[in-house]
Amino acid sequence: MILTLALRTLARHRVRTLLAVAGVAVSAAMLLDMVMLSSGMRQSFRALLVEQGFQLRLAPRGTLPFDTEATMADASATVARLRARPEVERVSAVLGSQLHVARPGSAAGEGTVTAFAIGIDPRVQGDYELLDGRDADTAAARADAPVHVVFSDGLLAATGARLGDTVQVAVGHDPQLRAFAGQRRAIVSGRARFRFLAEGQRAAAIALPALQAMRGTDGHDRASVIMVRTRAGADVEALRQWVDRAVPQATAISTELAMRQVDERLSYFRQLAFILGSVSLVVGFLLVTTLVTVSVNERVGEIAVLRAIGVARRRVVWQILLESVAIMIAGAALGLLLGLVTARYLNGILADFPGLPAAIDFFLFQPRAAWTALGLLVAAGVLAGIYPSWRGASLPIARTLRQEAVG
Amino acid sequence: MSERRPEDEAWAATDRDAGPRSARGAGGPPRQHDGEASAPASHHSVAGDIAASPRARDDRAPLVVVRDLARDYPMGAEPVHALRGVSFDIDRGDYCAIVGPSGCGKSTLLNLLGVIDRPSRGTITIAGRESARMRDAEATAFRLHTIGFVFQRFYLMPALTALENVELPMAEAGRGRRERLARARALLDYVGLGARGGHRPAQLSGGEQQRVAIARALANEPALLLADEPTGELDARTGREIIDLFARLNADGTTIVVVTHDEQLARAARRVIHMRDGIVVDDRRADAGPLEHAP
Repeated sequence: MILTLALRTLARHRVRTLLAVAGVAVSAAMLLDMVMLSSGMRQSFRALLVEQGFQLRLAPRGTLPFDTEATMADASATVARLRARPEVERVSAVLGSQLHVARPGSAAGEGTVTAFAIGIDPRVQGDYELLDGRDADTAAARADAPVHVVFSDGLLAATGARLGDTVQVAVGHDPQLRAFAGQRRAIVSGRARFRFLAEGQRAAAIALPALQAMRGTDGHDRASVIMVRTRAGADVEALRQWVDRAVPQATAISTELAMRQVDERLSYFRQLAFILGSVSLVVGFLLVTTLVTVSVNERVGEIAVLRAIGVARRRVVWQILLESVAIMIAGAALGLLLGLVTARYLNGILADFPGLPAAIDFFLFQPRAAWTALGLLVAAGVLAGIYPSWRGASLPIARTLRQEAVG
Repeated sequence: MSERRPEDEAWAATDRDAGPRSARGAGGPPRQHDGEASAPASHHSVAGDIAASPRARDDRAPLVVVRDLARDYPMGAEPVHALRGVSFDIDRGDYCAIVGPSGCGKSTLLNLLGVIDRPSRGTITIAGRESARMRDAEATAFRLHTIGFVFQRFYLMPALTALENVELPMAEAGRGRRERLARARALLDYVGLGARGGHRPAQLSGGEQQRVAIARALANEPALLLADEPTGELDARTGREIIDLFARLNADGTTIVVVTHDEQLARAARRVIHMRDGIVVDDRRADAGPLEHAP
C-alpha cells in the first residue's frame, strides 16, 4: 500500500512529475551517452583489431601501423622468419602507398583521382572485406599485363569506374614535370569495404609484389606493416618480445599493447565523459531532491497524520524514497531511448572526422553501459530521497498538526 | 506491508491487555450484540466488538489514567504552561467531551492522550501502558493498535480511495489483503458510505470525508477513539450526523474522548471535562454530579 501511496502521490501532480521525469530523462540520456562514449571508442577499436584474428602487428621501429609513411626493409625475410615460428598461423605483409587513378577512358594525368592503396596478399589479408566481384591478384603479373585491383565504393564513385573496367594507375606524380611514376594498367575486378579506412575514403587493394614493383627501389621488398595471427593458446607477449629482439627494424605491437596506447590517447575522452556524466548525474540528483523535498513540504500534514495513526517512520522513509526512485526509474527508461537517439546522431557527426576508420564508433551501445547508467540513476534516486525522507520521517507530529490546523 | 512484524506481535499482546475485541481474522460483517435485532448493514456493530467481549465487561480498571499531567512549551525565556497538573481517569466504554476556551490546553491534552506528544511532567497510562516510557517505535505501534484518531480537517490521504484510506492502518498492522478489504467495506457500511468506497476524498463532501476518517480510526479496533473538533469543519446538519455516529459508536462499546467547542457534541457525551488555563475546572457526568478528581 505504501508503493500505491507513493505512485498515486506522484500521479496527483502529473505535470510536475512529468516535468521532473523529463528533466531526469535528459540527465539520464547524457549520462548514458557519456558512459557509452567512455568505453565505446575503445571497444569498437578493439573489435576492429581482433576482427580478423591478428594479434600482433609489426610496424617500422618507433612508429605505429600507418602512423607515418615509413616502411620496413626485407619484408619477405621477416615474413619467412615469422612463418617459421611454430606459434604463428598466418602472416600478412601490407605496403601502403598513394595511388593515382585515371578515370576509365582517359590517360594518366587527365582527370586523375588520388587514393590510398594497400599492397596485400589477398589470401591472408585482414584489411578489407570483398563485397562484389573477384579479389585482387595474389602475385605480380608481368609488368606489361594489367593487374587486378579492388576498389572501395568511394574510389569507384570518384573515378566512375565499374567492375571490369581497365584503368591507368600510378604511385607517384611529379607536378613540375607533370609526369607519373610507377604506372600500371589495372582491371577493377572487385568492390570492397576497407576496415581501417573512413567511410567513403578512396582506397584500392593491389597485390603486394605489384605495388612494391610500381614503387621501384623505394618499395622493393618493403612493407608498412606486417600482421601476425598466432595459433590458439600461443603466448603472444612472448612472440612480441622475440620480434623486438629478432627484428631490429620493427616494433611489435600486440593487441593488448595497442589497446593500452589507445587508452592513453583516449584518456581525454574518458575524462571528459566522466566529468560530463558526473555533472548530469548530479543535476538529476538535485532535480529529484528538490522536487521530492517540495512535495514533502507540501504535505507535512498528511505525513504527520500517517505517523499519528501509527504508520512507522521507516514506512514514511520508504514511501518518500520510492517516490524519488520512481521518478529516477521513469526518467532513466525515457532517457535510455533519448540517449540512444542522441548517441546515434552524435556518432554520425563524429564519424565524419577525417581519417577515422568507418568501423570506429564513439558511442557504442552495450547492455552493460545501460545497466551502469540505470544503476547510477537508481542510486542517485535513493540518495535524492534521503533528505526529504529524513525530513518527512522526523516531523514532530503534534506540532506539525497544530501548525497545519492554524495554517 | 502485508507481513506482520515482531513489534506488531508484541503490540498484539498490548491490545489484548487493552481490552479484548473481536477475532482479528473475522474480516466479514461485524458481529451483532446478543439479542440485537437484525439491522441494516450500516447499523452493524463494528466498533461494538469491544463491548461485546466478556473481558471488556469484566474489566473494571480505568482505560486511561492521567496523573498530574503537565506540558510546557519553550517560548523564549518564559515557557508556556499549556497543561498544569491535570488528573482524571477514563473508564472503558466512556464518552468524554473536553471543552473549554481556545488555548486552555484541550488539544495539548488530546495529543498527550494520543501519544503523539510527551508530557513535561506527570503520567498517562492507557490500557496499562505508560506513554512516557515508550520509545518512538513503541509509541507508533501503540497508536496503530490502541488509539484511533479523528481530526478536525479529516486528513484523509488524497491519493487513496475511501476504501484504501480505511485499509491503510490495517495494512500497516500487517493484516492480509482479503481481511482488511472485508473489514474496510464493513466499516464504510457502518458509517453509511458503503457505496462510496471507490471515491477519492476530493469526490466526497466534508461530512462523508469525516465519516471515512472515523472508519479509518476504527480500522484496527482501537481501545480509545480520540477526536479533535470532529464537527469543526462541518455545517450544522452534517455535524449532527457525526454526533449521532459518535453516539452510536459509544453505544456499541467504543471509548471516545472528543475535544470540541460544539455544545451539541459536548451534550451528546456522557461526561464533560471543562478546562481553563491548563487545568480541569469541572468534570461531571451528564446524568450525575461532578466527578471527584483523582489525587
